[in-house]
Amino acid sequence: MGKHVLLVEDELNIIEAIRFLLSREGWDVDTHSNGTDAAEVIRDRKPDLVVLDVMLPGKSGFDILEELRGDAQTADLPVLMLTARGQSRDREMAEKAGVSRFMTKPFSNTEVLTAVRDLLYVHGQRT
Amino acid sequence: MAREGLTGSRIRERRSVAGLRQADLARSLGISASYLNLIEHNRRRIGGKLLLDIARLLNVEPSMLTEGAEAALIATLREAATSANLPASEIARADEFTGRFPAWAEVLAAGFRRISSLERTVETLSDRLTHDPHLAASVHELLSTAAAIRSTAAILADEEDLTDEWRNRFHANINEDSRRLADSSKALVEYLDAGERVEDAAASPQDELESFLSDHNYAFDEVEAGHETPDTMIAAAPSLKSNAARHMARGILERVVQDAQLVTKHRFEAALEAVGPDPVELARHLASPVSLVFRRLAGLSKLEAGLVVCDRAGSLLFRKPTAGFVIPRFGAACALWPLFAALGQPGQVIRTPLVQLGRGRAGFECYAVADVVGRPVYNQAPLVQASMLVLPNSNLGEEDVIEVGSTCGVCPRELCPGRREPSILSTGL
Repeated sequence: MGKHVLLVEDELNIIEAIRFLLSREGWDVDTHSNGTDAAEVIRDRKPDLVVLDVMLPGKSGFDILEELRGDAQTADLPVLMLTARGQSRDREMAEKAGVSRFMTKPFSNTEVLTAVRDLLYVHGQRT
Repeated sequence: MAREGLTGSRIRERRSVAGLRQADLARSLGISASYLNLIEHNRRRIGGKLLLDIARLLNVEPSMLTEGAEAALIATLREAATSANLPASEIARADEFTGRFPAWAEVLAAGFRRISSLERTVETLSDRLTHDPHLAASVHELLSTAAAIRSTAAILADEEDLTDEWRNRFHANINEDSRRLADSSKALVEYLDAGERVEDAAASPQDELESFLSDHNYAFDEVEAGHETPDTMIAAAPSLKSNAARHMARGILERVVQDAQLVTKHRFEAALEAVGPDPVELARHLASPVSLVFRRLAGLSKLEAGLVVCDRAGSLLFRKPTAGFVIPRFGAACALWPLFAALGQPGQVIRTPLVQLGRGRAGFECYAVADVVGRPVYNQAPLVQASMLVLPNSNLGEEDVIEVGSTCGVCPRELCPGRREPSILSTGL
């Protein structure tokens, strides 16, 4: 069965491209574009992995990540974070919030695919 | 900053170095000893031929007496020496260095100030993505669009068996995104270009403000009279180059307008005539805030008063120096200044004799008061600004004199409870 990936991102064309890429790898891709209720949506849809943008309307990716880590149901969920700012401060914040992997825009398709593959593999080994 | 006010002190200093008695020097100059005594105590202004004669008799350059070893210059040099980790014995020679090589001392001090101001510019710029939300959002938008284009373009290039439907869709996306990228990068460049300019780092905003204020002798009669508005004044000021300096100048000029509405210059002068220069007497007589009286008094050139204003965080918003009272250009001022004590109890007027330790023991009569500023809001701690008026006073008694510094790095006071940084003048001067 294909793994379920939830893409939380507000750039429609990034969604389109990543959805295309991940679907071709046989994963089941679902998307969401709003920060405010993102954590709720993640809990409802129970994806195997979340690709999370840092800057979302309503709520920042860091806050969403913290919320996820504070909840036993999602504390262990692999999260790949996308940010436009490669500054060490953002990376530190993401690591503190418990990110599984961190990627700066503009990324290459191979990078995204490799990251998603790795995260799903590692997570699969653990569970 | 010319420190004419201390010419007399310098003459006295040089005379004792030369081993001349006051009476002897007076005789050689053809003036009375008591007149020379007045000059030496800075009670008489001196210039022209008499100054040249004194300089000749004391065997020094006239400029050594008029500009002398400036306190502010020496303070800057000491700061420079401290940051270079020179031993205290070397730092103590800043005075001598300035005396012997005044031009080189200026170069060194200017270099040090420039470095400090560049360091702050670098700090601000390197943190700009963090502190400027608009810039951070624009950069995010730009990079997100670039990410979308890159991803889509790679799919178009790499995927050989793409259906026509997908291919057309991705082409349309790229087209749309590239247009967005062009627009947002153009907007970003415009923002960087027009908005927060990278200021001319040679002069800090404080420097620009200071030269603007001293160009106008710290008095703005044209604005008071309504011939100029703060905006026309700022627009016409070549010294105000940075946004920050213009912002600070606008705050000060708007205050001038408000003060003029409360108490006209004419009315203030009449009050001064009636009750004399005591700030509290004047405030009572005019039924006006004491801080307004401070500002009015500081605007009178004959009083040679210094004025410092700070906000609740202790940042100095306004500085009008007076001879012998050193106000630090960068960094925090001495924590013992009555200015900061006033913040603790807005409304209370502090009056105290005060000595600033440093090169000598310059004496002052000092007044300080804090006011609540801004509009009232329920259940919110008010914003407070403190003002301190410093009047030269060479006849201080020994009692109850507060000893303060300018800033810790260049202050000789030992065992000071307010010390933030170690003293570089451990042996005193």
